[in-house]
Amino acid sequence: MALTHKTPMLDELEKGHWPSFISDIKQIAERKPACDDLLGVMEKSYEDKEGHWKHGGIVGVLGYGGGVIGRYCDRPDLFPNVAHFHTLRVNQPASKFYSTEHLRKVCDMWEKHGSGLTNMHGSTGDIILLGTTTDELEPTFYELTHTLNMDLGGSGSNLRTPSCCLGKARCEWSCLDTQDITYNLTQEYQDELHRPMFPYKFKFKTSGCPNDCVAAIARADCSIIGTWRDDIRIDQEAVRAYAAGELVPNAGSHGTEPRPLDIQKEVIDLCPTKCMAWDGKNLKIWNEECTRCMHCINVMPRALRPGTDVGATILCGAKAPILEGAQLSSVIIPFMRMESPYDEFKEFVEKMWDWWMELGRNRERLGELIQRLGLREFLKAVELEPDPRMINTPRYNPYIFYAREDVPGGWEIDAKAYRERHQP
Amino acid sequence: MAFDPNDLMKDRITDIGPPHFEQFFPPIIKENYGKWIYHEILEPGVLVHVSETGAEVYTVRTGGCRLMSVDMIREICDIADKHCGGYVRWTTRNNVEFMVDSKDKLQPLIDDLKSRKFPAGSNKFPIGGTGAGITNIVHTQGWLHCHTPAIDASGIVKSVLDELYDDFCSMRLPAQVRISLACCLNMCGAVHCSDIAILGVHRKPPFVEHERVSKVCEIPLAIAACPTAAIKPAKVEGMKSVVVNNDRCMFCGNCYTMCPAMPLANAEGDGVALWVGGKVSNARCAPKFSKLAVPYIPNEPPRWPTVVKDIKKIVEVYASDANKYERIGEWIERIGWERFFERTELEFRHEHIDDYRLAMTTWRTTTQFKW
Repeated sequence: MALTHKTPMLDELEKGHWPSFISDIKQIAERKPACDDLLGVMEKSYEDKEGHWKHGGIVGVLGYGGGVIGRYCDRPDLFPNVAHFHTLRVNQPASKFYSTEHLRKVCDMWEKHGSGLTNMHGSTGDIILLGTTTDELEPTFYELTHTLNMDLGGSGSNLRTPSCCLGKARCEWSCLDTQDITYNLTQEYQDELHRPMFPYKFKFKTSGCPNDCVAAIARADCSIIGTWRDDIRIDQEAVRAYAAGELVPNAGSHGTEPRPLDIQKEVIDLCPTKCMAWDGKNLKIWNEECTRCMHCINVMPRALRPGTDVGATILCGAKAPILEGAQLSSVIIPFMRMESPYDEFKEFVEKMWDWWMELGRNRERLGELIQRLGLREFLKAVELEPDPRMINTPRYNPYIFYAREDVPGGWEIDAKAYRERHQP
Repeated sequence: MAFDPNDLMKDRITDIGPPHFEQFFPPIIKENYGKWIYHEILEPGVLVHVSETGAEVYTVRTGGCRLMSVDMIREICDIADKHCGGYVRWTTRNNVEFMVDSKDKLQPLIDDLKSRKFPAGSNKFPIGGTGAGITNIVHTQGWLHCHTPAIDASGIVKSVLDELYDDFCSMRLPAQVRISLACCLNMCGAVHCSDIAILGVHRKPPFVEHERVSKVCEIPLAIAACPTAAIKPAKVEGMKSVVVNNDRCMFCGNCYTMCPAMPLANAEGDGVALWVGGKVSNARCAPKFSKLAVPYIPNEPPRWPTVVKDIKKIVEVYASDANKYERIGEWIERIGWERFFERTELEFRHEHIDDYRLAMTTWRTTTQFKW
């Protein structure tokens, strides 16, 4: 089938070395009219410098409040095959490993019910199935659950699909079983994931170590980041081998040829707390001063490893700009042991959600509520004691909200006794 | 057990969650779960991970388009079936990773990946994205599928990665450079902590379609959605509607998200802002936000030459100037912002000086600066 629309601007995007999404769409457009029209809409957007998709409206599958995002073209007169072009979010397996047997079933299902286009993956982590019509939503969902043993992910004001780094599956640094945490939380909170009940979206992301490969600290309302409390494990033989140029520094990140590692310059001088020393034979670490930034471990992965007293730092409140500006997560629980079934963590989560659901305004993220009402109020709500690890610096403004009960005698003053001591 | 459109409750399955991750692990990953002791990059895009059991897994990381058809996924499956025992994985940055359990399976896999091209000539599976180079640009939907974008996404990413292709396939930079794109301030891609962020921006306030407002919007929600309280209820020609105080608008588009009768996308108004110096890793210094480098570049489809040129310039100056291990943000903090603008020859304009909430925390409160 010849393609319907002339796309001279998009054709420019077939040139160059990087994979061309246009070339990919063109191949499938030969048998999928929706993809053919999608190219037409895209070319029109490139001409107009404006998008041509409308607001979603309410579409979904029975009993779910999320997982489907309605999408309609604003020029169905020109592009009737994408008049409806809805998206389904499908909850991905933790850390995105697949068997080809399973992936092929996903492809067959989407070939049958949708445009055949996907995002592998969306920013939150889900498999995104791009482009279907309203009457295909229920049959797709039926096949998704019955044939693929898969479920929809989150969209709207609910728990979004939790995601994680690849953790212990293929990383030597993971202090957490990130996949198990993610799977466990996802299963536990299916209702919160599928039925909007929050003021706005809520994201969990889990990283196995402070390198934070899923950007949990920047993107999650609740960021779970692996860490340790004991000493960095040292293999002094291997440290000497790095110094002698027998091992490739930084795991080969700066080139794969072996070279002598200048341990003073590349490790010790870059240590943020200067808690290390090297005498040419042995590496000394004053672990009580270490803030576990990972730099030395990253540079000498065969010599240094995280400790074995492992758990997570729990941080809250990260988000992108809408509405109140971008925020990073703040430390709420400096250390929590994370062992299945994660009851202690879930107790914290439920207290946190209760507070946010009671006090949060429409479209107010947790981090914005914490900012509006104060970290102290949040700590009270989740029943935690303050800790210097939660702050960069104590306050430098003197305006402290003391509560009535903080002051002996409360706020009642005997005016008469006062005036006996002071003339007006 | 076939689908019955007249009885949706028949055999209905809900809330089963995702498939368990373990069933998709290649045997070598399953057998060595939690037992890995170190890894090394053997060449750009090729990793080996070594287990305490002595097992080794070799990974070939290839760049991929986030947008991919089922044909492309089937081709990935063909490769994984042929070389990798039928398993494959995606990274959080939209790369595809092929794994083999012995070194002798590595070269045939690499050769196969390198041989595959689209009919028009682009590579289907560029190998790279490791170490001190540029990894895949994560991005949002843009004009291809989103209703609020100020820019396209996949097309800009393609244009930038064509220019930076060699830095995807090599590791010559001082440290890794993570580039991200979000097509509007909603930042579905949360690009606010990237070494280089490409952000779609609107610059014209929403116009109000008074005759539609009361039909398609909940007016109190539209009013409450505005972070600067620029929207007020009003009766316009007898219709319940809203008015916008345009001078208070900072073009976030939040009102349009709540009320489709307040569009703000516009060919003349919209374009690209570039941000630099963010990171999420805790290595050496704390995570950082990206800061504004270029306030506005007009939309220039199809190849976005100014965006490409400015990003290339930032990368080149950084490559020649920064110390080993310094991320872009660490490098800029060492040399100072005055030097950053001088060396990149990017214009410093009034838009670079923050005038929103907490702006004062970004102003200079020391006499320590450079001439």
